[in-house]
Amino acid sequence: MIKSIKTWILVGFASLLLVACGQSGGGAGSKKSKTLDNTKKAGFVKCGVSQGLPGFSNADEAGNWTGIDVDVCRAVAAAVLGDADKVKYTPLSAKERFTALTSGEIDVLARNTTWTLSRDADIGLTFVGVNFYDGQGFMVRKASGINSVNDFRDGISACTNTGTTTELNMRDFFNSKNIKYEPIAFEKADEVVQAYDAGRCDTYTTDKSGLAAQRTKLSNPDEHKVLPETISKEPLGPVVRQGDSVWEDIVRWSLNTMIEAEEYGVNSSNASSLKDSDNPAIKRLVGAEGELGAAFGLDNDWSLRIIEQVGNYGESYKKHIADTGILPNRGPNELWTKGGILYVPPAR
Amino acid sequence: MNFKNLKLNLSNKNKDLIPQILTVAFLILVVIYFTINAQSNMGNRGISFGFGFLSQESSFDITFSLIDYDGSHTYARAFLVGLLNTILVSAIGIFFATILGVTIGIARLSQNYLVAKSAEWYVEIFRNIPLILQIFFWYFAALRALPLTVDSINFYDISFLNVKGWYVPKFVWTNFSIFIYSIIFAFILIYFLAKYAQIQRDKYGKQIPTLYISILLIIGLPFLTFLIGGVSLSFEIPELTQLSKTVYVYRGGVSIIPELISLALALSMYTATFIAENVRAGILGVSKGQKEAAASIGLTKGQILKLVVMPQALRIIIPPTTNQYLNLTKNSSLAAAIAYPDIVLVFAGTALMQTGRAIEIISITMLTYLSLSLSISVFMNWYNKKMAIKEK
Repeated sequence: MIKSIKTWILVGFASLLLVACGQSGGGAGSKKSKTLDNTKKAGFVKCGVSQGLPGFSNADEAGNWTGIDVDVCRAVAAAVLGDADKVKYTPLSAKERFTALTSGEIDVLARNTTWTLSRDADIGLTFVGVNFYDGQGFMVRKASGINSVNDFRDGISACTNTGTTTELNMRDFFNSKNIKYEPIAFEKADEVVQAYDAGRCDTYTTDKSGLAAQRTKLSNPDEHKVLPETISKEPLGPVVRQGDSVWEDIVRWSLNTMIEAEEYGVNSSNASSLKDSDNPAIKRLVGAEGELGAAFGLDNDWSLRIIEQVGNYGESYKKHIADTGILPNRGPNELWTKGGILYVPPAR
Repeated sequence: MNFKNLKLNLSNKNKDLIPQILTVAFLILVVIYFTINAQSNMGNRGISFGFGFLSQESSFDITFSLIDYDGSHTYARAFLVGLLNTILVSAIGIFFATILGVTIGIARLSQNYLVAKSAEWYVEIFRNIPLILQIFFWYFAALRALPLTVDSINFYDISFLNVKGWYVPKFVWTNFSIFIYSIIFAFILIYFLAKYAQIQRDKYGKQIPTLYISILLIIGLPFLTFLIGGVSLSFEIPELTQLSKTVYVYRGGVSIIPELISLALALSMYTATFIAENVRAGILGVSKGQKEAAASIGLTKGQILKLVVMPQALRIIIPPTTNQYLNLTKNSSLAAAIAYPDIVLVFAGTALMQTGRAIEIISITMLTYLSLSLSISVFMNWYNKKMAIKEK
């Protein structure tokens, strides 16, 4: 009896959580997209972003969001609603992000989220692509005399964020090196920075792009450096709910369009003039050939709007990551034609 | 006449019963609706429901644990680690909050102007600042103020305080069980002593100095085990080790992490203000006549407080103080903000993220807090009953 009462209480609480989310979201396999319909009805794209990570998603004093993650949502808004500014941003902690998505509070999660098997397969999410190839690294004080991860010794303390893949990679790394370490995991990035700055821990570990961005928040950024080693693969990309394949395709191809546009040299300033280009691939990108938008219920200019209003991937990267001094060198986030690993399926 | 009355009563009873049944039925319907809704929503989104994940390997480490734990243990064990850490910080918090609260509460009633005013200021300042700010203050202020490991504050070369924590010697026991048995034995002796003293007092009016004998027993018996029981104790003193040019760490000994210290400090200082007010209310609630009557039959000041004022004041103090204990326990969930690995950070934080099982984990966490709070309530209600006036 007691057990059954417990179950009831439990299920009651559980359902309260899900009820808050209403009944939006499409059923599996349906041809129509509920998310698309709802987005059109609402007039804005519901986008989940970080609580402030320069270069990826960061709000200025006026509350305007910028960053390469933000640009994914803007691209979706441009494609679906015709206006890249029609996005409602919801800042989410690492802990809240997936629940917010599965419950329907947001429809696109563009929040420097690592694509892993268990996240993709287990909890009702679908990753649609990669908009930043990252890897986990370590930051230390220059004076510490630590020049490589091989200088770590038993007893080192490492600060990081809770609820991220970083926590797991850190364990894998120190275990493989057989080093005993003290993990200190905070809920918010700002507290990690403060604790590391105060000397609570000897090293700060997270994605390298994050380290570069957070370093600027330290009291003396010049006294710290990022170690050369990368200890994990962190493909970061936008995520959608499982079960609405049309919406999934829209977000995937909005991102792909930005990358493909860079590949063919189409950018925000020359896009409309390329309508009569000789290259059919370019013509398809700017909507002058084929009926590609119809496949997911959009008009034919959807990709042109993305390029015109948001720009191609290269423009986005330059504006948010390179020019802000976070990671001037594109590294793996360069096109495959230029030595990087950005390679997207053709839009045809 | 009788029959009429009976009928009237029955219908009255029914009048009360029907709304109650309706309310219960409504609640059940709401729960069923929520359950079905949750099931279909989760089904639509391809989310499975189940507690199987609890036996999977957690694969994340925790800084501070009372039991043996690392990432190769299960999520269930990670939950236990978090739970124990929550209980630990709550217990420490309750202990110090009570001592501090009682002291401040009595101080507020002091005849000494300075003492009374300082106590008042303390209460007004600390109960009016949000707890989360106080936690941040103690944590980051302490971290900034404390020296780096290499310049630790040194307590007689056995204990060291620095930004990474407070390092104290570790006790290394031999024949520890004999030592524990001697303490248990001492407590049993004290129990019988108290009974005996009560009989002596009630029958012959003789006062036996129970307190002094008890102290003697509780110290003397364990001490004897060192002399003749083969018990010995040595200390493992933390040692400074250099890891790299400027990175040092203490190895060996026990490390009390700064997160625990600042959280316990903030919780007890905050809650102490409320307990102080309860204590003040309790003491003021005992009428002046009681004290005067006690004084007139020749009781000393200490006896008046112990035998007349406190037993009556406690009846007023205990119920609201129970609330404060519950608040403190629940407030300890703010630990997540400063990386103290309590149940919210470890289980409802990291474990939730790694598994994505929000509904299961949040439910377990809520049930855990519910059980913790209920246990405290049950204990305090028992204590309250014990202290209540016994009608003879």
